[in-house]
Amino acid sequence: MTVEILDGLVAWFNDPAQWAGPAGIPARLGEHVYYSLLALVLSALIAVPIGLLTGHTGVGGFLTASLANLARALPTIGVLFLIVLAAGIGLVPVITALVALAVPPILVNTHEGVRSVEPGLRDAAAGMGMRGREVLLRLEVPVAMPLILIGMRTAAVQVVATATIAAYVGVGGLGRYIVDGQARQDLSMILGGSALVVLLAVATTLVFAGLRRVLVAPGLRAEAAPAR
Amino acid sequence: MSTTLDWAEGVLGWAVANWSHPGEPDRGVLPRLLEHIRLAYSSIAIGLALAIPLGLACVRWRILYPPLLTGVNVLYAVPSIALFFLMLPYTGFSDWTAIVPLALYTLVILLPNVVDGLRQVPDHVRQAAVAMGFGPLRRLISVETPVALPIIIAGLRVASVATISMVSVASLVGLGGLGRLILSDGFRRQFDAPIIVGIVLVVALALVTDALLVLAQRLLTPWARRDRRPRTGRALRRAAAAAPTGAETIGSTAGAPPGKG
Repeated sequence: MTVEILDGLVAWFNDPAQWAGPAGIPARLGEHVYYSLLALVLSALIAVPIGLLTGHTGVGGFLTASLANLARALPTIGVLFLIVLAAGIGLVPVITALVALAVPPILVNTHEGVRSVEPGLRDAAAGMGMRGREVLLRLEVPVAMPLILIGMRTAAVQVVATATIAAYVGVGGLGRYIVDGQARQDLSMILGGSALVVLLAVATTLVFAGLRRVLVAPGLRAEAAPAR
Repeated sequence: MSTTLDWAEGVLGWAVANWSHPGEPDRGVLPRLLEHIRLAYSSIAIGLALAIPLGLACVRWRILYPPLLTGVNVLYAVPSIALFFLMLPYTGFSDWTAIVPLALYTLVILLPNVVDGLRQVPDHVRQAAVAMGFGPLRRLISVETPVALPIIIAGLRVASVATISMVSVASLVGLGGLGRLILSDGFRRQFDAPIIVGIVLVVALALVTDALLVLAQRLLTPWARRDRRPRTGRALRRAAAAAPTGAETIGSTAGAPPGKG
């Protein structure tokens, strides 16, 4: 059974029709990456400043953590379907649902990253004459960077995986293969789409490994513990 | 305002009217809720049952951990929807289609916490246990596991919230507890009440489970509370900042009472 499934999958990927046109793999992959990037950038724009602020001032940390935890419990498909009923089919509900998914991990990790900067380092920065904003930008952000990136990576992987549900509300992306494959009872198509999502998710973690090399100061590259 | 109130009343009315249908045991809100609890809790339990022996093995044989951690992280990158579909040819429409992927996700989240928790048992504590004549097994059960418990439970809290929320996704393969309420009764019929009821119950279930885990931690580690009382907030914050794992910080999220840290 497994061999037949694999044969079907290979045949699906080898079909030249799969690689051209608006329903081809490159086009679907492009759509998927576009939705994911858009959602991730919007989430970072919302979550990173709030996390930096609450981490730096220590104000509202409990509220942030509680809200983030509550948001984490929200079932994404419920949020998506609800917004679709309210606002109609399109990109807006998809991006909103993905942002709701991506904000909590970025927010929590940014907050924890800044908050867990050693008090001694903060004292040293103050002793060097740094003011609040300088302490934030020149000490806390670089020291928190590994955790911020881990939060972004967790969010990115979840977004890439979940962008699949966009197809359930009539938008494109790799989820189309899963939805259409399900409708046509075409297992190879479902598995092909799933495999592509997995590959994209793995590629995403690799991109973040690269970002970590570029953005994290060499002295800080020892393994940082994630707060998922 | 009154329209919002009317709407909320309508949603509540729908939930009450459709809570359960006597004579039709598979219809209504309650059967979906019970199905959700069954799928989520068995996934969490299986994940935990796998994470503890694997974590122990990783602590005992250190070279096991890096490759296992990498493998587990790749697994975490696999989207749940894809995994549900990949399971379909093997498990069909049985509970296992949902439970196997979700148990794996629980394992992924828990394994680092189990390993970190066991590794951060202070050496002098371990040596004291050896000096008292504890064998390896007794040391593990009555010394190392209790010390590691807060970090393991912190991981369990994250894993349980994620799992409870993810069960709904399994509705796309015809399972999924409250997710079925959201998809079949709500979205396919263009009706918002079941969606709202589904979301609220999923979140409520996650919060109740989280509270139960916090309670379990308090009952299982009474010394943690005793130690904490004389300390001031600042000393606590310093202790938290010095703690080596981020996993511990997760523990300070929803369930922790305000003003305690």
